Amino acid sequence: MYNFSYQKAASVDEAVAAMQAAEDGKFVAGGQTMLPTMKHRLASPSDVIDLGGIADLAGIAVDGDTVTIGAMTTHAAVAASAEVGETIPALAALAGNIGDPAVRNRGTLGGSIANNDPAADYPAALIGLGATVKTNRREIAAEDFFTGMFETALAEDELITAVSFPKPEVAAYMKFDNPASRYAIVGVFVAKTGAGIRIGVTGATTCAHRGKRLEQALGGELNAAAIDGVDLPVDKMNADMHASAEYRAHLVKVMTKRAIEACAA
Amino acid sequence: MADNGIGASVRRKEDNRFLLGKGNYTDDINVAGQTYAVFVRSPHAHATLDSIDTSAAQAAPGVLAVFTGDDLAADGIGPLICGVTVTSDDGEPHRAPMHPALAQGKVNYVGDHVAVVIAESLAQARDGAELVQVDYGVLPAVTDTATAADGSQQQIHEVAPDNMCFNWPFGDKEAVDAAFDAAHKVSTLDLINNRMVTNPMEPRAALGEYNSGSEEITLHLTTQNPHVHRLVLSAFNQLAPEHKLRVVGPDVGGGFGAKIFVYAEELVVGWACRKVNRPVKWTADRTEAFLADAHGRDHVATAEMAMDENGKFLAMRVNTRANLGAYLSTFGTMVPSYLYAFLLAGQYATPLIYSEVKAVFTNTAPVDASRGAGRPEATFLLERLVDVCAADMGLDPAEIRRRNFIPTDAFPYQTPVVQCYDSGDYHAALEKALSLADYEGFAARAEEARSRGKRRGIGLSSYVEACGIAPSAAVGQLGGGVGLWESAQVRFNPTGNVQVFTGTHSHGQGHETTFAQLVCDQLGVPIENIEVIHGDTAKTQFGMGTYGSRSLAVGGVAIAKACDKLIAKGKKIAAHALEAAEGDIEFADGSFAVAGTDKAMSIGEVAFNAYVPHSYPEGVEPGFDENAFFDPLNFSFPAGTHICEVEVDPDTGVVDIVRYSAVDDFGKLINPMIVEGQVHGGIAHGVGQALLECARYGDDGQLLTASYMDYAMPRADNLPSFDVDYAPTDPPDNPLGVKGCGEAGAIGAPPAVINAIVNALGVKHIDMPATPENVWRAAKSAA
Amino acid sequence: MLSINMTVNGQAVSGEVEERTLLVQFLREQLRLTGTHIGCDTSQCGACVVQVDGNSVKSCTMLAAQADGCEVTTIEGLASNGELHPMQQAFKDNHGLQCGFCTPGMVMSAIDIVKRNGSVVDEATVRKELEGNICRCTGYHNIVKAVQAGAKGMGG
Repeated sequence: MYNFSYQKAASVDEAVAAMQAAEDGKFVAGGQTMLPTMKHRLASPSDVIDLGGIADLAGIAVDGDTVTIGAMTTHAAVAASAEVGETIPALAALAGNIGDPAVRNRGTLGGSIANNDPAADYPAALIGLGATVKTNRREIAAEDFFTGMFETALAEDELITAVSFPKPEVAAYMKFDNPASRYAIVGVFVAKTGAGIRIGVTGATTCAHRGKRLEQALGGELNAAAIDGVDLPVDKMNADMHASAEYRAHLVKVMTKRAIEACAA
Repeated sequence: MADNGIGASVRRKEDNRFLLGKGNYTDDINVAGQTYAVFVRSPHAHATLDSIDTSAAQAAPGVLAVFTGDDLAADGIGPLICGVTVTSDDGEPHRAPMHPALAQGKVNYVGDHVAVVIAESLAQARDGAELVQVDYGVLPAVTDTATAADGSQQQIHEVAPDNMCFNWPFGDKEAVDAAFDAAHKVSTLDLINNRMVTNPMEPRAALGEYNSGSEEITLHLTTQNPHVHRLVLSAFNQLAPEHKLRVVGPDVGGGFGAKIFVYAEELVVGWACRKVNRPVKWTADRTEAFLADAHGRDHVATAEMAMDENGKFLAMRVNTRANLGAYLSTFGTMVPSYLYAFLLAGQYATPLIYSEVKAVFTNTAPVDASRGAGRPEATFLLERLVDVCAADMGLDPAEIRRRNFIPTDAFPYQTPVVQCYDSGDYHAALEKALSLADYEGFAARAEEARSRGKRRGIGLSSYVEACGIAPSAAVGQLGGGVGLWESAQVRFNPTGNVQVFTGTHSHGQGHETTFAQLVCDQLGVPIENIEVIHGDTAKTQFGMGTYGSRSLAVGGVAIAKACDKLIAKGKKIAAHALEAAEGDIEFADGSFAVAGTDKAMSIGEVAFNAYVPHSYPEGVEPGFDENAFFDPLNFSFPAGTHICEVEVDPDTGVVDIVRYSAVDDFGKLINPMIVEGQVHGGIAHGVGQALLECARYGDDGQLLTASYMDYAMPRADNLPSFDVDYAPTDPPDNPLGVKGCGEAGAIGAPPAVINAIVNALGVKHIDMPATPENVWRAAKSAA
Repeated sequence: MLSINMTVNGQAVSGEVEERTLLVQFLREQLRLTGTHIGCDTSQCGACVVQVDGNSVKSCTMLAAQADGCEVTTIEGLASNGELHPMQQAFKDNHGLQCGFCTPGMVMSAIDIVKRNGSVVDEATVRKELEGNICRCTGYHNIVKAVQAGAKGMGG
């Protein structure tokens, strides 16, 4: 790791001010991706601004049919939350299967989506549920938030404060693990709401996205068999030593069907 | 006493220190004035080293020195050696390219050692290493085992035309060919044995200290064999005279072969600590371990079996290409030759075997022994081929094995490939395993799985391994540069407690307990009064270390022999004290007694008399401390049948191991709890190879699997609990009646797993690792 | 450089560290608590697991500065009055360790499993929740048994 200046921010304003003052600053939330990246000297921020001291960034609130989760809420807290478990059990289950228990004790919702790893789990849920990302400046719809591989709509000095998730009628997330890293080779989040069925797909392509072809095939019905006939664009799929594009495209369909079956069950 | 003797599952003596965080691994050791080494490694698989500019690094904060291959050469240090000669088919020894510890002129794999930076802190050494400017002239990389030596590739070493290290035929080709021509049926199989990274959990490390007064170097190393390290570093690498070099292998966090070898970093650290006259520490990070630990396996082979109309094996023919990597590691040549071809008979009475092994150089990390070493490769090939034979003949896999097993009354059995098995009962292990696995009930389970959309399969693997390599004379005849005996010293202190010094090294195997049980049993001393000491050339007189499942079968016998000497001497001392004839003294349960009387003295009292010899037999030396060396008559031949049952999800290709049954013959068990643990670990290692693990290089020679993010290690949720049982036979060639057990699982498991998957899918073969995608494709092709 | 203070195994400690210092480096190199190990650099192997404010974390993936003001428990802090912690005892009784290198992290993770699941925990749960701890020696069979036995032991 290269050395850096370290500052623990006590408030969002302080964090943003520190970022603005830094030559090449980085916010650190749980650090579960950022620190390994820095250890390998693949990132060399001049300043690391620790968000761990900003108490009001962590927490879970349910208001009617909306669950709002603070950016610094750990995966473990989401997984263990009775409120999330009752309102959007699929989201709690997703959080409870990110990384491993020790990673979940540090890793945060905000850190995960700000990093936007193409194989991360949360982006599929945000897109599938039609969540809204709240920052210190504005609100961003999930579909507009994830803009590319490791890229988001966030400005350099913009800080995620929370994500609000509308409660679906039913939802399920199915993940096919990379056998080594345990990230998603493919993850599919299916949510049925009053407005129809939304599907968020992660792992398959360079950035999590809405599975519009899949949604169209369903025509508003949770009918797994309808997925069989979908033709997914293999040339858009990621390919690596763990899964070819063809296999990934196949897995998207299998995971979608399984998520639909889990919703129906 | 017998409660803690042979056959008891004594809880391990070493556990408390590990559980309390009081282990003492190399990286845990810190000494005053310690500096840190970081290696500059080649980012290219194959390149000329056009220039190295160390000036910026030398000037960096905290940097004490930067050394390159020229500095080592100027001091006459190195090169690294390969200790076993294989004679190629042209009558010449294998081609042995120069292997400098720090590269000279050329780099030959990604991770090859270019320079070392020594600094006051680890971070400063890393910062310094980034400032070493190296100009590389990039050359095409050779990575593919099958084609490395076919004449189409860039030549890597001047001494090795066509990248061939050796071409080693073995067996009577004409007789084998004739048997094939006359056969009723020939079964053929092409297969690969996937490249593994051994991955002990503790990364390699070295800490060198130089005492300018005594001119002695002390090297703490992650080693499985401190004396072998000392011998090679001294005799071949010119680090220091043997008596001025102390090598300590403290607690070592797993080895599995990867810590046998003498590595560049170890030699460089040992040399650099004298050069800078400060202690130097180097600890690999996991990426370095992936890049520069010796890898394992990596074969491409064709196997053929000739059979008669009853499925009886008439002859076997095997053609193998083995990847040795960029340079020869310490025992690299031995693995795909003697440890491989000599195991090709397996458990079968195949009368004729012909093998041809072409060992090739590539721009990849050196390949050497890894848990099993050659024997997993032989066993995978044979046990897969046997299942293909069964399918071709319409026989049940169990039945074709029964028809071809070496008969139980045929031992000792001379195979056509050098080995003479001293004992075994392969039928007993097979039948017990079939029963343990409920082989009969499999069809019903498969049917039930099918109703859930899953495919069940069951696979057998009947392996034999040759471990505890011996005798020394045979090792020498084969071109080995060492003897493979073991030594022991059993020392009573005057107060009656015992220190046992062994030349083997425990890095997870539990020797501190097993050997104490052995001594407890032999000498009748309470186990808590026995301490086993290993891993320090300044403490134990000599030793060959721990690998090849040799420690108990060879080292344990040496300890027993030392105990015998103590008993013999003790009888003289007791006879004098008890005023009886030596011939009338009987020893049992820690007591020397005059036969037919109640006169007796304990072995502790005898020890006291030996150190305080006020009233003592004439002509007997004082002291109660005996040495013994043991050079076995033969290898040890553990064997067994493993049965794996899998459930395959044809939609995703995911393989779930639902049941795993192992029945092994390890002879007599000293500590069944420890033996069972060895079996579990070996099976997991083998399952890892079969389903998950593979070291992959890109065409440009970059290692694509250089971390646990990409190299899939078996984790708890990849595995079931295992059903383990035994079918022991008594090996006449081993005085303790024991056989090795450390590698059996890693040898037996891969074919059992793959045979089960092949059975589930109804295909002929699937290569390892059987990843979900590979299995999904195979399932599709079979559908 | 930063000044940090924390409580480690019940004792107040302080130190001056470079900003880039990881918690595991602070523990091993400054406090000489070498029971916590480093087995990888990608947060996968779990040899470095310790508890920070009662939760298991990978100390190789946390800055020492981030633990400023926290309560840290390492493998050295489990036993009391010469008695092994019930989870340590269970690992010994069930031969849940061989080379011992992954063991400290395994034991710390095991205690966390019990915290989440209570004293009766089934095999599948133990296997799933040991996802972040890699062992090369044991094949996990006896580790799983040890965790289940240790859970019972901790439950009284």
